[in-house]
Amino acid sequence: MPINRDQLIEMVDKIPTFQESVHRILALTTSPDCAAKDLVQVIEHDPILTIKVLKLVNSAYFGLSQEVTSVNHSVVYVGINTIKNVAISVATTGALPKNNKAGLNMNRFWAHSLAVGVIAKLLAENKGVGKNEQANYFVGGLLHDIGKVLFAHFIPAEYQAVLHKAESENISLHLAEKELLGFDHSEIGAMVAQKWQLPADLIDSIKSHHRLGKQDSQHCPLSLAIYAANQTAHYIELTKEASESEAENLLAQAAKIDHELPEAVKEWLGWPLSEVCKWLSNLDDEIEKALAFIDLSEGEPTS
Amino acid sequence: MIINLRGVRGSIPVPGKDTVKYGGNTTCIEITTDEGDKIIIDGGSGIRPLGNELMKQLPVSCSIFITHTHWDHIQGLPFFLPLFVPGNNIDIYGSFDPVYMKDLKTILAQQMEYCYFPVRESELNANISYNNLKEGEAITVGSAIVTPLLINHPVLNFGYKVESNGKSFFFTGDYEPPLNIYEPEDEAYAEYQRLVDQQKKILTDFIQGVDVVVADCQYTRDEYPSKKGWGHGTHDSCIEMARDANLGALYFTHHDPTRTDQELDSIYDDVMSRSDLPPTKFFIAMEGTEIKL
Ligand SMILES: [Zn+2]
Ligand SMILES: [Zn+2]
Repeated sequence: MPINRDQLIEMVDKIPTFQESVHRILALTTSPDCAAKDLVQVIEHDPILTIKVLKLVNSAYFGLSQEVTSVNHSVVYVGINTIKNVAISVATTGALPKNNKAGLNMNRFWAHSLAVGVIAKLLAENKGVGKNEQANYFVGGLLHDIGKVLFAHFIPAEYQAVLHKAESENISLHLAEKELLGFDHSEIGAMVAQKWQLPADLIDSIKSHHRLGKQDSQHCPLSLAIYAANQTAHYIELTKEASESEAENLLAQAAKIDHELPEAVKEWLGWPLSEVCKWLSNLDDEIEKALAFIDLSEGEPTS
Repeated sequence: MIINLRGVRGSIPVPGKDTVKYGGNTTCIEITTDEGDKIIIDGGSGIRPLGNELMKQLPVSCSIFITHTHWDHIQGLPFFLPLFVPGNNIDIYGSFDPVYMKDLKTILAQQMEYCYFPVRESELNANISYNNLKEGEAITVGSAIVTPLLINHPVLNFGYKVESNGKSFFFTGDYEPPLNIYEPEDEAYAEYQRLVDQQKKILTDFIQGVDVVVADCQYTRDEYPSKKGWGHGTHDSCIEMARDANLGALYFTHHDPTRTDQELDSIYDDVMSRSDLPPTKFFIAMEGTEIKL
């Protein structure tokens, strides 16, 4: 049942290319004074992206009094900066398969990815990361588990067994993957990110979100943030479950996550997870808002 | 109504001997209607002394409209004493930030996080309501109607029009007229220019014939080429606005922090000596100026 490297590469090959436009937008926007017309051109050459940008700008979120009918119009109306940020948000979420036969719960998958994205962005903001870069933290969180979707999509039967093993033995999914498949989702996720030619630190953050590797200190802040955000999301989930079921062992598990954070992550974070969670008390609201950017197909956001 | 300019400086407060005449506080405009309703636009550092004055007559009721959440437009809010006193009623209005997905309350609460400020948002004891405005949504404050219009700045920025008893006032907040992002030889240039003109016309129509406008004029004609896209206007853009909209009077505001009183005076003289000015009366916004309408 373990898969070999060729099969892995084959899977990566089959995933649609990350829309070229997304890659170009990320590249363009890393320079603070990217030419507005270049950005418009990239968006306009991707009809799906164009529709999504227009849909969002016309949504209740912006509450504009005129209808925006073209990308150029949106730039004149709300400014290039805003459109740049909107494009990054909507561009990075559209490339993934929507469902799978392995029984990977996609709602939970997105909820977790979104939570990690929002937490990473909030942490970045708190650490004084520049606004332009904060989008990368959100994207990093959103994509960190993308390897799971690939497994579930391309080897559903095998992955069902992985999910079952993790559940019944109460072990982490990446350990079950490693044992049964020989590779885990962070490895294949990083390969996809590479294929999509995402920025190097984004690739590293996907690759290292369960294992920072030996040279902890050499990881970029983005990787440390995604690692921290992922563990924070797990910590919050465990404490939430614990408060509902009063199960002591869940709290112990949460404490263990906190305790076992790699030194480099602890240092970057500066606080224990228990404190981070208190600080994130309105996380649900933040996630609720971020949802508008993830699935625009389900109608307009209402608030 | 009476319009009181409480802060006219852009970017950062600059107290000192060079800013005695025009003032060093950042943006804040106080409007009092004939019936005594209080409207405050922006909470730059100029809102602090205003708050101290308002405290002399409790309880305080006022509506604060925020053009945008750049620091120089909100930095005085945590020092606005009426917010701390039970029994005061304060309604705060502004736009939801759709890019950072934050509403006004969140932005202001974050401004008051412990690492920046010793009091938390939750310790503000006045009755405070936070209201996310939509463009064009008119708000009634006593006898006045306040209407926001989105105008160009690197973040979403509302210009506010205040109308009461037949008089009208408009403040741009921070505003740079939209620029064509294409070169004249580009195919999209003409279409984009049409959109730019259309957007400018929306503003012109919105403020047509307004009695008094206070408008962002951070840069001079000479400075502007190196500040394009920074989100601020010039004397030229203000004069164009005044001409197109037949304004009664226009006050140049959001003075660059490096600008001394002397420089403001000489720039003004220079601009006023131009031969092509419209009939609008032009003034340099000065902290403490009271405009009666
Ligand atoms: Zn400003
Ligand atoms: Zn500003």
